[in-house]
Amino acid sequence: MALGRQTILDIERAEIVRSREIWANNENRRREQDAKEKKRPDFERVTVEERASLPKFRSGDTIKVFAKVVEGDKERIQVFEGVVIAQNHESARACFTVRKISHMVGVERVFLLHSPRIEKIEVVRYGKVRRSKLYYLRGKIGKATRIKEDRNATR
Amino acid sequence: MVDTILGRKIGMTQIFDDRGVVVPVSVIEAGPCIVTQLKSVETDGYIAVQVGFGEIRPRLVNKPETGHFNKAGVKPMREIREIRTEDTSEYTLGDAITCEIFQPGMRVKVTGTSKGKGFAGVVKRFHFHGGDQTHGSMVHRKPQSSGATDSARTFKGTRKPGQMGNKQVTVRGLRIVRIDTERNLILIEGAVPGSDGGLLTIQRLPQR
Repeated sequence: MALGRQTILDIERAEIVRSREIWANNENRRREQDAKEKKRPDFERVTVEERASLPKFRSGDTIKVFAKVVEGDKERIQVFEGVVIAQNHESARACFTVRKISHMVGVERVFLLHSPRIEKIEVVRYGKVRRSKLYYLRGKIGKATRIKEDRNATR
Repeated sequence: MVDTILGRKIGMTQIFDDRGVVVPVSVIEAGPCIVTQLKSVETDGYIAVQVGFGEIRPRLVNKPETGHFNKAGVKPMREIREIRTEDTSEYTLGDAITCEIFQPGMRVKVTGTSKGKGFAGVVKRFHFHGGDQTHGSMVHRKPQSSGATDSARTFKGTRKPGQMGNKQVTVRGLRIVRIDTERNLILIEGAVPGSDGGLLTIQRLPQR
């Protein structure tokens, strides 16, 4: 009867590793395909380690998320740029919420941090904020949503 | 081969499938179930495999049960259930039934005891709408009418307040996502009845 909460954590930890493998496998398969079709002359395999090095970011930072979107049988990469307003660090279930204003309408998207669907993440700007959940941004527009830049940011 | 196994719910989490889609899963410690007795038509009038599951300290098992386990030559176990089957000839006492009887992708039904909600009112138990909380309504969460007056009685089965939960529930058509034979784990898509640590029976359904 030794199995319990710890078993779940073990599964989740293994799942983080597995998601990197899925990502690397899919990426390699795509690159191989591209190389066959002569789209790309140089063909390099990605390693799992490359995947592990997603940049660190926090609430208040402006980031670009390159997420894979499946349309029919085609996959393409969609960029979502906005402010991180919340983060959840629950092992393999870790996720973060990005908010942006698109055509005068606030759009929020929740991404799974360890999802193989996330191609890469770039930090555009570090922000200086005094709380971890920036839900107060939801009620504000324009000037009121500005976030001070953190020039000495160490993440 | 039997189509049923006993298990214990460990909890829920989520995993990624090969396309990167998240699948919510229940983690179940399934088996090994040890065969304790074989029922036959000659002695019992029906055919079944009796199995035990779960560790227990021998001190907690009463004498008749201890004798039963000794007769089968197995360690005492917490739960004993019977699995109906057509043919028991492939099993002998002490055999272990493991989660290897399942394959990922199989459809199963899971039976367990649901979480008890106690004595619940009709709003919680049967999703009655309830009345206004304000405007002098005086009917907040009452069940109100229990039927027409001309029958002069309340019909059987009329929905009333009472015990909710803590009874046997079966969920059919759940999909097995993953099998871990090393740790005797089954990962089933979606939720299964009961609280963590609860006893479950997992039975294979006819496959499509």
